[in-house]
Amino acid sequence: MVEWTDFERATIQNIFGIMDYEVVGPAALSRCLVVYPWTQRYFGGFGNLYNAAAIASNPMVAAHGKVVLHGLDRAVRNMDNIKGTYAELSVLHSEKLHVDPDNFKLLADCLTIVVAARMGKDFTGEVQAAFQKFLSVVVSSLGRQYH
Amino acid sequence: MSLSDKDKAAVKALWAKISKSADAIGADALGRMLSVYPQTKTYFSHWPDMSPGSAPVKAHGKKVMGGVALAVSQIDDLANCLLELSERHAFQMRVDPANFKILSHCIIVVIATMFPKEFTPEAHVALDKFLSAAALALSERYR
Repeated sequence: MVEWTDFERATIQNIFGIMDYEVVGPAALSRCLVVYPWTQRYFGGFGNLYNAAAIASNPMVAAHGKVVLHGLDRAVRNMDNIKGTYAELSVLHSEKLHVDPDNFKLLADCLTIVVAARMGKDFTGEVQAAFQKFLSVVVSSLGRQYH
Repeated sequence: MSLSDKDKAAVKALWAKISKSADAIGADALGRMLSVYPQTKTYFSHWPDMSPGSAPVKAHGKKVMGGVALAVSQIDDLANCLLELSERHAFQMRVDPANFKILSHCIIVVIATMFPKEFTPEAHVALDKFLSAAALALSERYR
């Protein structure tokens, strides 16, 4: 089981408590599609992903970014059982969506960058460590049901 | 994933905006790396102080960004320009090249915190490609 310090718990609750999901979700997903363009393979039905501007203004990308970010809420509310919380979603990503689990880390990194940009100097090394630890547990849980 | 002309232009444009803060970026990135990825501390056990903001961390962060500046200035020939540094990392310091990715990530995080408006997705992809290419050039002499 993952051990969380008080600081880590507080940091995660705080970051997601003040997060603007409407902005951060779309920003993280669109950044991922630009910085790691091979991730676009999962969004063939999303229309125009031709360049960064198109991706940034694509309404389906924006909508899906919000879905993904709200999906993280489950982990935020169940930090002591993220593995169990995501068992079903892991099966979905493997069996139905066929997403290479390496991509989870790419999106997690983009989310880290977006949050860092919004928090500025408040995104200290300690905060970064806590946030990245949380995301790595999420990523690991999402990859767990692949076989 | 080699650098296109567009990538090189984007890197130089971003560097022009951030280079004045290079020392601060280097110090923050290095300090962050040592605390977020404690395994990297194994390379600096000879320092009296490895905490973020300490004198050795600041000095070394400045040195690292000097290397980045050099790479930007000779972006068309990273392999040659980083040859000597590659030999030092390979034979003297013997840094596992996996760590280049870790430091690159920390540099990117710091730039995002310090320059949120300038660090657009387009600037991000160009810088990520550049740092990967520089890391590859730095690994050139390993084996």
